[in-house]
Order: sequence, then structure tokens, then C-alpha cells
Amino acid sequence: MDTNTSVALAVEDLTVSFDGFKAVDGLNFYVEKDELRVVIGPNGAGKTTLLDLICGKTKATSGSIKFMNKELTKLAEHNIVRAGVGRKFQTPSIYENLTVFENLEVSFPRGRGVLGCLGFRRTPDVIQRVEEVAEQIFLKDLLHSEAGLLSHGQKQWLEIGMLLIQDPELLMLDEPVAGMSVKEREQTAELLKRICKGRSVIVIEHDMEFVQRIAHRVTVLHQGKILAEGRMEKVQSDPKVVEVYLGH
Amino acid sequence: MQAIYRNVFGGKSGLIGLLILAALIFVVMPLSMDIFRLNLVGKYLTYAFVAVGLVLIWGYGGILSLGQGVFFGLGGYCMAMFLKLEASDPQSTAIQSTPGIPDFMDWNQITELPFFWEPFHSLTFTLLAIIVVPSIFAYLIGVTMFKRRVSGVYFAIITQAVAAILTILIIGQQGFTGGVNGITDLKTLLGWDIRTDSAKYVLYYVNGALLLLCILIARLILATKFGRLLLAMRDKEDRVRFSGYDVANFKIFIFCVAAAFSAIGGAMFTLQVGFMSPSFVGIVPSIEMVIFAAVGGRLSLIGAVYGTLLVNWGKTTFSESFPELWLFLMGGLFIAVVMLFPNGLAGLYDKYAKRFIVSIRNMGSGFLDKRTFQKPAFMDRVLMQAKLQAIATWLGQIRPQRDDLKHKQPA
Repeated sequence: MDTNTSVALAVEDLTVSFDGFKAVDGLNFYVEKDELRVVIGPNGAGKTTLLDLICGKTKATSGSIKFMNKELTKLAEHNIVRAGVGRKFQTPSIYENLTVFENLEVSFPRGRGVLGCLGFRRTPDVIQRVEEVAEQIFLKDLLHSEAGLLSHGQKQWLEIGMLLIQDPELLMLDEPVAGMSVKEREQTAELLKRICKGRSVIVIEHDMEFVQRIAHRVTVLHQGKILAEGRMEKVQSDPKVVEVYLGH
Repeated sequence: MQAIYRNVFGGKSGLIGLLILAALIFVVMPLSMDIFRLNLVGKYLTYAFVAVGLVLIWGYGGILSLGQGVFFGLGGYCMAMFLKLEASDPQSTAIQSTPGIPDFMDWNQITELPFFWEPFHSLTFTLLAIIVVPSIFAYLIGVTMFKRRVSGVYFAIITQAVAAILTILIIGQQGFTGGVNGITDLKTLLGWDIRTDSAKYVLYYVNGALLLLCILIARLILATKFGRLLLAMRDKEDRVRFSGYDVANFKIFIFCVAAAFSAIGGAMFTLQVGFMSPSFVGIVPSIEMVIFAAVGGRLSLIGAVYGTLLVNWGKTTFSESFPELWLFLMGGLFIAVVMLFPNGLAGLYDKYAKRFIVSIRNMGSGFLDKRTFQKPAFMDRVLMQAKLQAIATWLGQIRPQRDDLKHKQPA
């Protein structure tokens, strides 16, 4: 069906209804490889639900989600991850009682079964990869401190790092710069620009300045449907978008 | 070698803790007590197997099971079935209407040994069954619960229900199980009389050795990535799931390990005490075992052993003088542990004793060694850093709320 081979993620006619309320309603959404897509929209537009659907946290009522031509809607969560989809949650989800190193190590994609875990060894390649990722997410000096002691922004980075270490082909970030200082936001923008090479990235964000800086294309969601899609300037001047954002 | 030392024994401090416990079990207790008291301690130590298992599943895995008595009981019953068959040879049961079957079966007009009792003529089968039967049962419970994402209070309640059901089943099927009296009058193990003092000493030592073995196995598991993953699952289950792990499998595995530990304890209980009855299977003993683990410290394998010994010593002492007050005291103790020192005895030790020991050591070596004398200043800096980071975290938690406010305004 897909004639355009550069499409990595194809969401088609996706609907999810919670007791009759359609949080996502007949959505068609395509993301290409090497693309950084930002999804914006007012509260309750279905942004987070969309990510939940793609990563399998919520099951779709109907429709299909194809990633690299593989249907995701029928897969269990851990198999979706193994298919190459990584997802960062809105509030930083890290393991507070483990060190930064251990957080990254646990996320390293080897030994994911029970026996694999028991036999997992901290080999040089693991250590090297952990250090490499720690460098990318600006936490190299904090490798051995407990993750619970990190600042909010650093926790966000750590969770991004925990995804990066799995080298996913689709990376979904839910509000990655919430709670970050201006300087941290700049660093994160650089980080995102760097990591979107060779993979697709979907970001949910409210900070328009930040969106402008990173987005290749922007999708505006409203009441579970796509309101507008395209380059940031085009979307911003779209009268429908202006209406939704200023109309309430 | 170095890795084994570090992982299994937990380095120097872990090894010392283990050696002190071993010395207490193998030297101090036997030397300071008569065989009656020692046998009692041996009985308490069989509960410690359950407590050690609870440290794994509850302390590290965050899965509270209020039905560990089930596995203790299954292990104990497997052992008791073997011993009972050996005690029911045709000569000593000649007065029964059907000689050669356990006495309680005869009383219940059963004339033939039930099929599931047959394999328990073999000691090899029995020893295997002690581990395998409870593990399979735990596996079945685990699959039905964890694959459906049942957790927390719901899981606790269901395990409690399982404990209640098994008790009712055992009591109801008197002819097959010995009913409310349990399986009693156990005499010999392959002809070796387990009721003599010398046998009690031997069993006490076997029990102690098995307990230490279980602690070592538990440490080995916790030292691997599995151990870190358990903690990770306890804190952020979704993050683990969305890092590509099938969370249920890990829970099932650790639940089975805890069940196997409990079962070994149950079997040793039967051997040392000489009977097994449904009163060690049900809800009350299962909850008591959780209290042992809580008092000792949910995150300390060794602490769980001390907690078990302490609570049981208290139970024996107080229930002799104030039998009706004991249950209230036990409940109060549980509440106090949860409210005041959630990490139990081990937590108290880490908080006060360890700090005291470290400060003494620093003081002593400070006069002798210039290098360590500089340590306090360095420690200050580390502490300061930690505090600053904690403040930063705190501020970080406030900031997003402010951001949320900002988002409410139209962009």
C-alpha cells in the first residue's frame, strides 16, 4: 500500500474511545525517516493518547499503526519496544534508587529475558556504550550518583538517554523540556537535532519557541483530529489553529 | 574470584554480616541453649526461609504476598507425607482395619492409599517435590495474576484468599490430608529416628546451613541485573515495560524463588517439629511471616532472619505470661515498624550503628594515618554536594507546576 518508502510510521484511521468519548478520532498520521515531528495542541487534544496508542499503553478501538510495515496494534508493549519504538513519559520516569550508570545499564538492549538478566555481565562494550550515551545527555560526570538526586531537567535527559541506549528507530518524547531552565532547553534542542539523524522522532511540546527551534514539521491536534500539519510558519498562520488556541 | 566475593558475599561488610549470623546460628545458640530451646530456635529459623523469600518479592520486587504460608505448608506437607508413609509400615499399623496406610486414613474409612500419596514412598521424589510442587503452584498463581497485571492490594488479597482456600481444602479432605490435626506421629527418616536429641542437633545444623545457602542464592540473584531490575520494577513498572522487558515474567520468576525458599523452610519445620498441620498454611501464619520480614527489614536478607528470631522470641516469652495480650502486641509492633522505622532493624542498624562504627573507625585511624585524617573534609564536600542536589531536585519538582500554569494561557 505504501508507495512512499521513506514513511517510517503510518497511522491510519486510528480511533480510540473511552466510554464513548473519542480521544483520538479517525486519525491519519505519517512520519518519515530522519524526521523530527512536533505534535502540539490544546489540553485534551489527544497528544499523549496518540503516543500511548503507538507504544501500546492504550489499545486502539479501531484503525492501524504500522511501523516499518509492521503492525503494532496487536503487539505486546515489550515487543513494540523490541520493534524499535522508544517512548519517554511526560513526568520523568527513571529509577530513583539506582545510579545513573545503572539506569542506563538496565535499559541496555541485551539480556531482556529472565535468564538473560541473570547471566548479564557488565562487559566493556556495555560500559563503553553507557559512557557514550552519558556524554550525549550531559551526565558523564554524574554517572555514579543516585538518579533520585538529579535535578528535574537532568532526570529528563536521563530518560532520553535510557531510550537512546536502545537505539530506537522511532523515538517519542512527551514534553521533554518541561521543568528545564533556559540553558537546559538550549542544550536539549541541540541534543534532539543530533539524535534525529537516522531515526524518526515525535515530540509533544507546549513551548512554542522550543518547537520553532527543533521542528521539521508540526502537527496540530484538536479533539482527537488533525487540525493542521506542515511547517511551523504555515501552521502558525493557519486561521483554524489561531482560532483553537485563542478561542478559549 | 573477586566478582564472587563481591557479588555473593556482598564485599567486606556483607561477608562480616554473614559470618556473624553463621557464628550465632552454628556456635552461640547451640552452646548457650539446651536441646529443647535450640529445637525451638530451629523451628523459628524455618520461618526465616519465608522471611528471606519475602525480602526478595516484597522488599525488592514490591509484591506483597500474604499467602507465603501456602508454600511453607506445601513443602512441609510433602516432607510429612514421606515421613508418614515410613511411619505407617504394616507392622506398626497392624491393628488398623487396613494396615500399611496412614492412621488418619484408616479412621476415615479409606481402604487404599490415594494415588497422589504413592510417589511419596520415594525420598528422591519427595525432595524434588518439596521444591517443584510449590514452585509450580507459585508459577500458576504468578501467570494468572501477573500476566493480567494484578498487583498491589489486589494481589495481596488474592494470595490471602488462596491461603484460606488451601486451609479449608486440607481441613475438609480429612481422609487424604489428616484434616485439622495435620499429619502427626512422624518417627523416622530412612530408619533414622528424628525424635532423638542427636537427630535434633543434626537437623538444626542442616537447617542453618540451608538457610545460609538460600541467603547466598538470594544475594547472587540480587547482584545480577535481575536485582537492579526488581528495584526498577518496584519504582517504575511502566518504564521497565517500555524498555522492552516482559515485566510479568520477572515477577513470576522471583515469586517462584520465594515459594521454593518457603517450601524448604516448611520441610525443615516438619523434620524438626515432627508434624505438619493446616495452622501453618493459613492467613494468620502468612501475615505473621510478613511481620517477621518487616521487623527485620524489608531490604535486608540477614535482617529478615534476626526479625524472625526476635519476634518469635517475643511471642514465646510474652505469650507465656500474657497469652491474650500477645496478638495486640504483635499488631502494635507491625504498625510501629511501618510508621516509625519502615526499613526495620536493618534500617536502624544502617542509620545509627553503622554511622557510629564508621565515626569510631575514622577517629581512631585519624590519629595514626594522615591520609584518612583528611577524610572528614572530603566527606563534608560530598555531603554538601548531595544536599545541594537534593535542593535542586526539590526546586525541579516545583518548576514544572509553574510551567503548567504557563501552558494554560493561550500560546
